[in-house]
Amino acid sequence: MMPPPVPSSAPLSPPPGPSSPTLLGYLWRWLLGFPFVVRVRGLAMGTVSWGRAMVTAVPFLWLLLFFGLPFLVVLKISFSQAVIAQPPYTPLVEWLDDGVMTLRLSFQNYLLLAQDSLYWMAYFNSIRIALIATVCCLLIGYPMAYGIAKAKPAFRVPLLMLIILPFWTSFLIRVYAWIGILKNNGLLNNLLIGLGLIDEPINMMHTDFSVLVGIVYSYLPFMVLPLYATLSRMDDSLLEAAADLGCRPGKAFLTITLPLSMPGVIAGSMLVFIPTVGEFVIPDLLGGPDTLMIGKVLWTEFFSNKDWPVASAVAVATLLLLVVPIVYFQKVQEEGAKRAEEARK
Amino acid sequence: MPVAQGARAQQHSLEAWQDPKARPIVSIEGVTKAFGDHYAVDNVSLEVFQGEFFSLLGASGCGKTTLLRMLAGLETPDSGHIYIDGADMTHVPPYRRPVNMMFQSYALFPHMSVEQNIAFGLKQEGASKAQIKERVSEMLRLVRLEPYAKRRPHQLSGGQRQRVALARSLAKHPRLLLLDEPLGALDKKLREHTQFELVNIQEQLGTTFIMVTHDQEEAMTMSTRIAVMDEGRILQIGSPSTIYEYPATRYVADFIGSVNLFDGRVTGGADGQVFVHCDEVGATMAIAHGEPLTAGTPVSVALRPEKMTVTDVKPESDVNVLRGVVSEIAYLGDVSIYYVALPNKTLVHVQLTNLARHTSSPLTWQQEVWLAWEPENGVVLQT
Repeated sequence: MMPPPVPSSAPLSPPPGPSSPTLLGYLWRWLLGFPFVVRVRGLAMGTVSWGRAMVTAVPFLWLLLFFGLPFLVVLKISFSQAVIAQPPYTPLVEWLDDGVMTLRLSFQNYLLLAQDSLYWMAYFNSIRIALIATVCCLLIGYPMAYGIAKAKPAFRVPLLMLIILPFWTSFLIRVYAWIGILKNNGLLNNLLIGLGLIDEPINMMHTDFSVLVGIVYSYLPFMVLPLYATLSRMDDSLLEAAADLGCRPGKAFLTITLPLSMPGVIAGSMLVFIPTVGEFVIPDLLGGPDTLMIGKVLWTEFFSNKDWPVASAVAVATLLLLVVPIVYFQKVQEEGAKRAEEARK
Repeated sequence: MPVAQGARAQQHSLEAWQDPKARPIVSIEGVTKAFGDHYAVDNVSLEVFQGEFFSLLGASGCGKTTLLRMLAGLETPDSGHIYIDGADMTHVPPYRRPVNMMFQSYALFPHMSVEQNIAFGLKQEGASKAQIKERVSEMLRLVRLEPYAKRRPHQLSGGQRQRVALARSLAKHPRLLLLDEPLGALDKKLREHTQFELVNIQEQLGTTFIMVTHDQEEAMTMSTRIAVMDEGRILQIGSPSTIYEYPATRYVADFIGSVNLFDGRVTGGADGQVFVHCDEVGATMAIAHGEPLTAGTPVSVALRPEKMTVTDVKPESDVNVLRGVVSEIAYLGDVSIYYVALPNKTLVHVQLTNLARHTSSPLTWQQEVWLAWEPENGVVLQT
């Protein structure tokens, strides 16, 4: 992922070469705009203190070590070819006897992704399920967050605890529990038959429905918490002002509360959507053989087919696919922070 | 009733609140509101008339804001009734009242432009686009914010936001405008300027204003009448001058302006005057008072600092004269303030206007002086 160019506060020296905006000049300025470059230049010129640089260096190094480097490894593997060997892929760089280095980049994996409809379908289905799950989380989570935000202060902390409490149990166990609830002779079917509402068990397990239930259940807190944060910060006098100006409560919700809670809606939706696209555990446990999701495809390529290069290509493509919503999320967050700062002034 | 009430009544005979035939636009009857076991508003009754600029004045927590919010419909009284324009509004929700409010925090909608904020109330009425546009530009003109129509609230200064809030609350032609500390968030200089601006707008539109404030100067400057509140009750309602010159209680006298209070007992009376003996000071004071009081009644005598004279020569009269020594002098340019210590160490606050230019004050520290006042310049307060 490319960090967006940030205008440097430090005065920039003129770019080398012609000062007219050539492609090279643009590129140079763009490179200087990188936060990392800005900081290093700032250190060299004495405009950024060492203490400050150290504070940002720690998370930067963390990301470099545990995200940047592994991603480069995956990227490298995605350009190789599968072989039955240890490791199970061809090296990119080879030294020949006479001091010649060869670099072999194979684009076959990416071609396969583009040509085989399986991958297209998996990507499409992952995004479809993630979208439906996000909308469901929003529809369930918004009233919950609203209720907590409007509850008496003494009730808010216990209610929030109830949202967070499931995290204290293993995620895996909680997903397994849904099997017991949804299976044909499970809790829900037995209850419905016992009540006489149905005669035969409804087949819910191993369908898109069970996957959605699992995802919505698991990711609901990630929707509720940012929504609660925005809703609880909202000034009640705005609703009073709306009522005073002749606006009925229902309309006031639509014209005041909802638009003002959009940062929370977007943050919550991103927190649900992004991890759901790549979700593997839930479709694996609750989904059926025909539940096609990219996380499952990746797992199959990696562990069943032992095709590391294709698995890597799938991973890289997933990441690129998610860059768009992530960058958008980042932008919204930044704008929200900027607006909050302006409001404080 | 204070003695000069008759004179004032004559002077203001045209004011609506003294016209028995006038019908009040707002009438609050025995309204009580409690939060838990704390009475925020305790059996309050008052009437406000068309075109008035009425202030609810009191320290924080006196119930003035709760009373205002009940007028807006944002709180419901526990008992009592609120009539606006003759209609019982006690349980009518805020969105159906012919009343608008300007909030202390302004409560501007942050996601709407200045224009959209002002248009919000009109849209709820279902006004046509052309009507809304016309009214919004009229309001922008009124508060001189035409160039800022497209801005968002966070792009405005505090004073500009205040004017947007005013324009928004006036846009719907309310019968009654409620203002909750409208100038509270402005700095001192802007506040003084805005006071006059607000009064001008009120006079221009003829809308009835009810304002909540804790600032007595603000209330005095802007209001036609003031209701002084304390602990959920109304202590006195009257014009600024009545409240200042004829405070009804010790609290009112103390809250509005500075005052010297002497506790004593009534010893007798004659010719519309009451004689009060103050043991502490060891003096008997003759104070004008409308009705005779029975001897022995405990009372307080209130004397405003500017209503006394201080001289270094003993006055001829023995009545209403106190001897003391100058303890502190503050020269403020237009006036000088003297703190005179009486023999019992009580400090009396006296204010003299510096009329002549170069008079070095004849009074100096630790000098023996005499304080004197006319019977009409004091007020007897029953405790």
